[in-house]
Amino acid sequence: MSQKEILLEPNTWIDKYADYLYNYAVVRVNDNDIAKDLVQETFFAGLKSAKNFQGKSTERTWLISILKRKVIDHYRKINSKKGQAEVRMNFYNDGENEGNWLEERVPQSWDNASEKDIETEELRSQIEDCIDNLPHKYGMVFRMKTIQEFETEEICKELDITSSNLWVIVHRARTQLRKCMEDNWFNN
Amino acid sequence: MFKNFVITCDEATTICDKNQYGEATLLEKIKLNIHFIRCKICRKYTKQNVRLTKIFRVHSKSCNSIKHCMNEEDKAALKKQMEILNN
Repeated sequence: MSQKEILLEPNTWIDKYADYLYNYAVVRVNDNDIAKDLVQETFFAGLKSAKNFQGKSTERTWLISILKRKVIDHYRKINSKKGQAEVRMNFYNDGENEGNWLEERVPQSWDNASEKDIETEELRSQIEDCIDNLPHKYGMVFRMKTIQEFETEEICKELDITSSNLWVIVHRARTQLRKCMEDNWFNN
Repeated sequence: MFKNFVITCDEATTICDKNQYGEATLLEKIKLNIHFIRCKICRKYTKQNVRLTKIFRVHSKSCNSIKHCMNEEDKAALKKQMEILNN
């Protein structure tokens, strides 16, 4: 016997990997229920395709690779939804003013009080509210880049998008967040 | 030739956003700075953006210190379903 073959033991999966997979999913989709569903689908898909497992990787790596597909599928689903229209424009998108600030979206001066920048429960929940108000896809990419601090390349790979696509999303997310924080935090 | 360096506010703020993660290229930074000469609004945007980046970074630290676990009840329910499927 040259190498010990790895066998799947589905009856131990939940105890061994549920938390690990769940944490992986939740930091990406930022929704407990969706994360739970993705983990469940991953285990079911794992069971179904157990016979294709070749024992070349560990169980955990194999399950994560299934979950990764599920995350991409989830991203594609939210990407194709009509929710796109929710994005508020910040710039003229045609005519002679194309690319200029829309008048009502021009940044206003902010209250400079430094206590506005100190992390408090209030500030945390305001940031979360503003991110939650973004279209789901924008929130997901923004979080992965800014909150989870993933490398650009990694996000592009995981969501199967190009880097210019990523920056357009981050840009739209941030201009919208800026406005939200202006209205509800800095000048409130 | 100079025309290549002229960008819109939309493009300027995109570069500024990219720069918040230290990922803007040298050429992009040059274009952004040329834009600043004539655009007060984007200068203001940049200033605010830097402030937001600091706030987000602190927020990120506290978010990442949390490890998410699956609810025990959900685990038990999932276990049952797995047993049924596996038999």
